[in-house]
Amino acid sequence: MLVGIPKEATGQALVSAAPDGVGRLVKLGYDVCLESGAGVLSSYNDYAYDNDEVGASIVDRETAWGADIVLHLDMPSDEELDLMKEGAVLVCRMNPFANPDVADKLAARKITGLAMDAIPRLSRAQSMDVRSSMMNIGGYRAVIEAANAFGRTFGGQVTAAGKSRPARVYVIGVGVAGLAAIAQAGSMGAEVYATDVRAEVADQVESLGATFVEIPVKQESADGYAKPLTEEEQQQVLQVYADQAAKSDIVITTAAVPGRKAPLLLTEEAVAGMRPGSVVVDMGASELGGNCACSKPDETVMTENGVKVLGPTRLASRMPRQSSQLYGQNIANLFKLATPEKDGVLVLNQEDPIIRGITVALDGQVTWPPPAVSVSAAPKKEEKPAEPKSEPSLIEDPSRDARTLRGLLWKALLGVIAVALVVAAPAEMTQHFFVFVLACVIGFYVITNVTHTLHTPLMSVTNAISGIIIVGALLQVAATGDIVVLVMAVIAIAIAAINIFGGFLVTHRMLKMFERSSE
Amino acid sequence: MTAVSYQSVAYLIATLLFILALAGLSRQKTAKRGNYLGITGMAIALAATIFIALLGAEQPALVAGLMAAAIVVGGAFGVWKARHVQMTEMPQLVALLHCFVGLAAVLVGFNSFLMQPGGYFEGQTNIYHLGEVGLAIFIGGVTFTGSIVANLKLSAKISGKPLLLPGRNFLNLMMLLAYVVLIALFGMTTGVEAGLPYLIAITAVSLVLGAHLVLAIGGGDMPVVVSMLNSYSGWAAAMAGFTLGNDLLIVTGALVGSSGAYLSYIMCKGMNRSFTSVILGGFGDTPAKSDASKAQDLGEHTEVTTDEVATMLKNAKSVVIAPGYGMAVAQAQFPVADLTKRLQKAGVDVKFAIHPVAGRMPGHMNVLLAEAKVPYDSVYEMDEVNDDFGSVDVVLVIGANDTVNPSAETEPDSPIAGMPVLRVWEAGKVIVFKRSMGNAGYSGVQNPLFFNDNTDMLLGDAKASVDAIVKAL
Repeated sequence: MLVGIPKEATGQALVSAAPDGVGRLVKLGYDVCLESGAGVLSSYNDYAYDNDEVGASIVDRETAWGADIVLHLDMPSDEELDLMKEGAVLVCRMNPFANPDVADKLAARKITGLAMDAIPRLSRAQSMDVRSSMMNIGGYRAVIEAANAFGRTFGGQVTAAGKSRPARVYVIGVGVAGLAAIAQAGSMGAEVYATDVRAEVADQVESLGATFVEIPVKQESADGYAKPLTEEEQQQVLQVYADQAAKSDIVITTAAVPGRKAPLLLTEEAVAGMRPGSVVVDMGASELGGNCACSKPDETVMTENGVKVLGPTRLASRMPRQSSQLYGQNIANLFKLATPEKDGVLVLNQEDPIIRGITVALDGQVTWPPPAVSVSAAPKKEEKPAEPKSEPSLIEDPSRDARTLRGLLWKALLGVIAVALVVAAPAEMTQHFFVFVLACVIGFYVITNVTHTLHTPLMSVTNAISGIIIVGALLQVAATGDIVVLVMAVIAIAIAAINIFGGFLVTHRMLKMFERSSE
Repeated sequence: MTAVSYQSVAYLIATLLFILALAGLSRQKTAKRGNYLGITGMAIALAATIFIALLGAEQPALVAGLMAAAIVVGGAFGVWKARHVQMTEMPQLVALLHCFVGLAAVLVGFNSFLMQPGGYFEGQTNIYHLGEVGLAIFIGGVTFTGSIVANLKLSAKISGKPLLLPGRNFLNLMMLLAYVVLIALFGMTTGVEAGLPYLIAITAVSLVLGAHLVLAIGGGDMPVVVSMLNSYSGWAAAMAGFTLGNDLLIVTGALVGSSGAYLSYIMCKGMNRSFTSVILGGFGDTPAKSDASKAQDLGEHTEVTTDEVATMLKNAKSVVIAPGYGMAVAQAQFPVADLTKRLQKAGVDVKFAIHPVAGRMPGHMNVLLAEAKVPYDSVYEMDEVNDDFGSVDVVLVIGANDTVNPSAETEPDSPIAGMPVLRVWEAGKVIVFKRSMGNAGYSGVQNPLFFNDNTDMLLGDAKASVDAIVKAL
């Protein structure tokens, strides 16, 4: 099938697939064509696609839009949709949560629509999640923008002229974007604090070297995204945000809820309480209103008390080369799933929850919204772009104490029996006990230092040594006159000899191998 | 000096040599010397014993002939066995050797009863002597049949599945009780005729108990069983030493016994299970409730070809190989070593990550890798590498399953919950070599690792797959 990559409308710097993503599509058996100049704003010229390694062809606007499958960033305009043929597949971000009518529009045109921003939050779908990809870059860029607007350095410095303290950065909302922002601000030397309504992300925050600021309200989310809070809870947490903001130089708010008005996190009073020269980056800024009451989309607002409030809306677009690459890789990963035969034929298996989840229109039918997908993996696991170490879950056993106590009792009982045996034993026996116990202790200490690689040779050598039982049999052969005893003793000697010879020899064989392998 | 004091000196030297042997085995550099010290110790002990025995014998020539014949026959068999065993069969061989010690202990115990039956000594000493005889035979018997069953299981002559008789713990308890009663009765007998029936009954109980205990333990717990039997064989020798009043036997047996016990402890820790739960066997019959009811949708696995794996490996900077029992079954250690060598030559950092219970006996994987001449300094213990998987590009999981199962850490109600596992999923890419998708690991738990995004399955015989990768490189 022919995959078309048209040039994006003015204002969008990204291209829907970078050369490496296109290369993977070609390997999956697709023919890929690119509208001339589509990648220029992302610093990919036509030749970057039109070479032997990638294998795409360069075409005009009509051909690109007229392909069997069209890859795009956002929902195309009506004129652009007019260029698409019936039965074609459109792959782009459609925001069907906010605009369910896109499904009707596509169905009416008999265009199959795959919404890249509706990828369900399953762990195996993570590689296709364009929201995560873009948020990750956005979080990074938000810090860069903040640093640009901030009149001081992030890291503390001690110079001949005097010392300056490090900047205090406060991140509200620890999703993918928040974690990226924390990591970046931390690596630039700032003191980073962060808050999220989901208390379980505290570990992730701390794993990045930042400090988690708890808020009184807890919230669980079922689909991996934080949901807006109720009025009452809102008031409680706003105060926490305001207090922290007043102490901070930089505040980055990352709470963008797909398809809805972003929740208000910083009120005007909170901003008014901040120090002059502080910077707020509102990643949720939009026409509907952002996380900060003072923000305006794509503008820098200077408040009366000298706080700069930034409302960048397309942070990912400010890093077009990388964003395009990630977006294209997300698409290629989706195509890998949807091209089971690797023959360039897109198979939209509606049984697959990922495919089903993103299909908004199929063969002229509206298929939005999809049935609810239960997210199998904990959302916490999925939002780890950096590398928070997964803590081994300690499984608490309530009966442990009882068991320890019982174990102690057993040990005490055994101890009493042992003492009783020794005390009651005839005099000549006690010396044997003495030797026995000492040998046990020595055996234990000698073994504790053994390297794991030698466990098997150790076992075979102890095996050989336990052939020492032959001593008993040898003495019996010599001392007895009884034929039964004699026969049994001879047999015992023979089998103990197997152990001695076999055990030592096989140990020798193994150790020789170890020696050779080290050369 | 009398002959006996010569003997004491010889025994003392032998004992010290045995301790040095075990100590030597703790490090690669000294391991070989340790083995030689052990051999020397054994030679001294034997020479001294034979010398003393012959001094006291009525017909020294006949006795010497018998001894020599028995040692030659047994020794020849042992040498033959040791020469011809495949390294993959080491667990079976070790189990077999345990059973010999057990049998020898039973025989020596019987002899010691026949030569000094009830009434031979007086009072307390008599009771203690009979008690020791009973205990030596009991431990020997359990070791004997237990090792035979372990050997059969390990060599796949009988099924590795745990045999779960109804009320098996009750049965075990009854056998133990019967043993206690029998030994009490036995301790009060006088003469061979009176004591023999009890002793035979004790032997029978111990034989049944040994077989039953090991039958109930599944194949995956074998590392514990093997080292446990190792420990038992030591205790059996020590008990025989008590019956004979021979300190050399006591010391040596105790050394072996406590070392085996410690190895078992390490193995149990590796599986996060208590020693008793392993010994009582029947793994998986109680906690399995979560499996069927929670057949969650793990998604689909992705497969790769050997060519793709070869490319991945070529482009990787660091590779970790996590082998399991499957590598031993497929005899894949040689191609794996070959692969390692090629990659290392190409500048790739290759490490092996060994889980403590990988394979069927302690250190099983290490022996196989050594056989294939993998340098031991590129072989790492779980704890040494587990925190570094994040910086690894490609992990090859060869025939391992439960030891790399993430649900041990994430699902509290999983049967393997809390077992330390290799965190391979933190690596950039995980390739799992597996015969087919059908069979779960030993624990019967499905492994979510196989369905991760960064996991690709390479289905088929591990040896053939690795060979193909080597060719593609």
